Amino acid sequence: MRPKLNLLSDALVEQIIAEGFELLMNPGVRVHNAEALKLLADAGAKVDFETQIAHIPESVARRALETRPSEFHLYNLDGEQVVHYGGDRVQFDPGSAAITVLDSETQEQRQPLTADFVKFVKLVETIPQLDAQSTALVCVDVPDEIGDLYRLYLALNFMRKPIITGAFRKDTWWTMKDMLVAMVGSEKALAEKPIAVFDVCPSPPLLWSDLTCQNMIDSARYGIPSELVSMPLAGATSPVTLAAAVVQHTAECLSGVTICQLAHEGAPIVWGGSPAAFDMREGTTPMGAVGTWMIDCAYTQIGKALGMPTHAYLGMTDAKVVDAQCGLESSGGALMAALAGVNMVSGAGMMDFESCQSYEKLVIDAEIIGMSKRLIRGIEARDNPIALTLMQELGHRADYLAQPHTLKWFDKELYLPSAVIDRGSLDAWKKKGAKTAWERAQDRVEELLATYQPAPISDELRAELRDITTHAAQKFGMDELPPLPLD
Amino acid sequence: MSSELLNKITISIVEGRPDETVDLTRQALVDGLEPLTIIDEGLTVGMNIVGDKFQTCEYYLPHLIIAASGMKQAMEILEPELQSRQQEAESAGVVVIGSVAGDIHEIGKSLVGTMMSASGFQVHDLGVDVPTEVFIAKVKETGADILGLSALLTTTMTVQRQVIRELEEAGIRDQVKVVIGGAPISQEWANTIGADGYAEDAVGSVELAKQLVV
Ligand code: B12
Repeated sequence: MRPKLNLLSDALVEQIIAEGFELLMNPGVRVHNAEALKLLADAGAKVDFETQIAHIPESVARRALETRPSEFHLYNLDGEQVVHYGGDRVQFDPGSAAITVLDSETQEQRQPLTADFVKFVKLVETIPQLDAQSTALVCVDVPDEIGDLYRLYLALNFMRKPIITGAFRKDTWWTMKDMLVAMVGSEKALAEKPIAVFDVCPSPPLLWSDLTCQNMIDSARYGIPSELVSMPLAGATSPVTLAAAVVQHTAECLSGVTICQLAHEGAPIVWGGSPAAFDMREGTTPMGAVGTWMIDCAYTQIGKALGMPTHAYLGMTDAKVVDAQCGLESSGGALMAALAGVNMVSGAGMMDFESCQSYEKLVIDAEIIGMSKRLIRGIEARDNPIALTLMQELGHRADYLAQPHTLKWFDKELYLPSAVIDRGSLDAWKKKGAKTAWERAQDRVEELLATYQPAPISDELRAELRDITTHAAQKFGMDELPPLPLD
Repeated sequence: MSSELLNKITISIVEGRPDETVDLTRQALVDGLEPLTIIDEGLTVGMNIVGDKFQTCEYYLPHLIIAASGMKQAMEILEPELQSRQQEAESAGVVVIGSVAGDIHEIGKSLVGTMMSASGFQVHDLGVDVPTEVFIAKVKETGADILGLSALLTTTMTVQRQVIRELEEAGIRDQVKVVIGGAPISQEWANTIGADGYAEDAVGSVELAKQLVV
């Protein structure tokens, strides 16, 4: 039996959904995007074009819930189906768009450069526990205006796994789409076998900014999946009670699904978010707070009740260094996400709210993810009878290490961690240099990077990506891109 | 009698009941109390207690924000009274604040604005995605001592630099101190673009502002 976490009673699920629908009507949703307002009005919503508020009847939103796919897949660059959005499948990718990278030598945060993100992408490729890439770092050695698309350009040059990405502007989305099309050959191929998902964030409470709304509409039209990242900040931009924060999340996501489906029926879209239980002392948005995890898991339950694929930002920490707080917060969130059955859990490697990415944290998180994935495989009987045959044969002998039964099952039943996790004796640990988790993680990063296999990308394709990106860079005063760190 | 009323005003601030603060402030005016007395011996005393309780972790942000809201509402009643007496509440300085063009992150900026106004600054919060020329116009109009620019995105940080350049072009750069903040902002960036200061949180912002206006 697979263990499953449900935080809401059936009655509460129903009431939250009902209140979510009601919010769509009153006070309605602010939509700062002309195209979306028109789509909504044409579909029967009451739209005030002056105040840009749309009052969306439940029937209109319900129709969208009928046309959205309940599941879809992402493909890797070898054309294999590797990520499944839908049902209770649980997968992990690194947290996105960090402002800084934690320097491996100094353990200080600094601004990311091209080489940092390339190293990060390679590392993610080599970590078996991670199911997808993300555009995790924003590099400062190109003009700010192309910060979003440049990340995708770098990743596409070095990755095989599918990628979770997002645009920071309306115009850059088009360049990013062109890159993705170049990778798979045609718009049709991209829609049929998507290799990327675009995150789109409604602004709490109940607002679709022009940028994010347009990104979602454009993605829908090209059949590229969108992932809703709704973020009620309980007590600051949403009511403080956890259930009410989930109601707000429900309304924001319902409005997103509606706009998306009106733009293009059947476009893949994910019920997701990055809420936070606002910290009432520091005024921050903690990712390591138990309240944050509870909102995430509760809205996942709502998404599932509505038959949606799901996503959540979990498994992160607010710690500034890789320390005990870092470990405890990342484990708590990741374990809960796995138990809740979140299809894509974003956040590995991320710390200091959502500001900083760390290679070392990433390989520690890989162990947490490995354990989480093991946990939800649950406990199976394996044999029938479960133990009788074997135990009656061995009687009272403690001789299981020598049994073929052990050899057959141990690596399926037990999660086998890398050397990041120390389970040696005290002496053994001392002999290996008495290394801390941070130091073992440093070793692991180097070890994994040495196993990186170059991506299956041709020289022509590299050149095409470079042309597309250079063209965008030239608009903002950069004639030539920084060289790719190719070996 | 009057000291009892002032005490009630103080308590209404400390216990976070803005409606009561407003009623009591009206009552005090009816009773003939001077607006400056109401401010100095009622409202401000309350705000100071709230500040102390926040420092000692007895109070949390909701206490602070609701107290500031009570103070603000009471001040709206008292302002016209002060004006008619040709008096002025002691202001720590005038602040114009907003999130720069292209940036819609609002919470940090609002928190900074609220804390500044709770600390005696007169704050004009222009909201989010504020066009550069609107900042310039507001600084001119109010003769602001401090201009606060918030940016949460690496793509909008550069707009802070642009605002400073346009202040220079408008010939008013030396009349106002520019302070900046937001997740990607650092002291280094403040130095690079020639801002007068950077603070990483709301409490730090107030300290910075106080230093800059003396
Ligand atoms: C909440 C949030 C949002 C909400 C904002 C809701 C709202 N009404 O404000 C929404 C959903 C709208 C949003 C949108 C986006 N966001 Co956002 N967001 C955040 C998040 C999670 C928290 C920000 C926050 O409110 N923190 C709490 C407040 C209290 O803290 P603060 O803002 O830092 O403010 C404090 C200090 O900085 C300082 N301060 C702030 N301003 C000022 C001003 C002065 C003068 C002074 C002295 C001090 C000061 O004092 C404050 C109080 O202590 C951050 C993560 C992070 N690490 O910051 C991402 C983050 C900033 N967002 C990010 C991104 C990418 C986006 C989007 C582009 C996503 C998208 N594709 O749609 C859009 C951009 C929209 C736009 N054009 O602005 C990235 C930025 C990455 C980068 N390299 O630039 C971050 C870092 C998250 C991430 N890793 O992806 N976001």
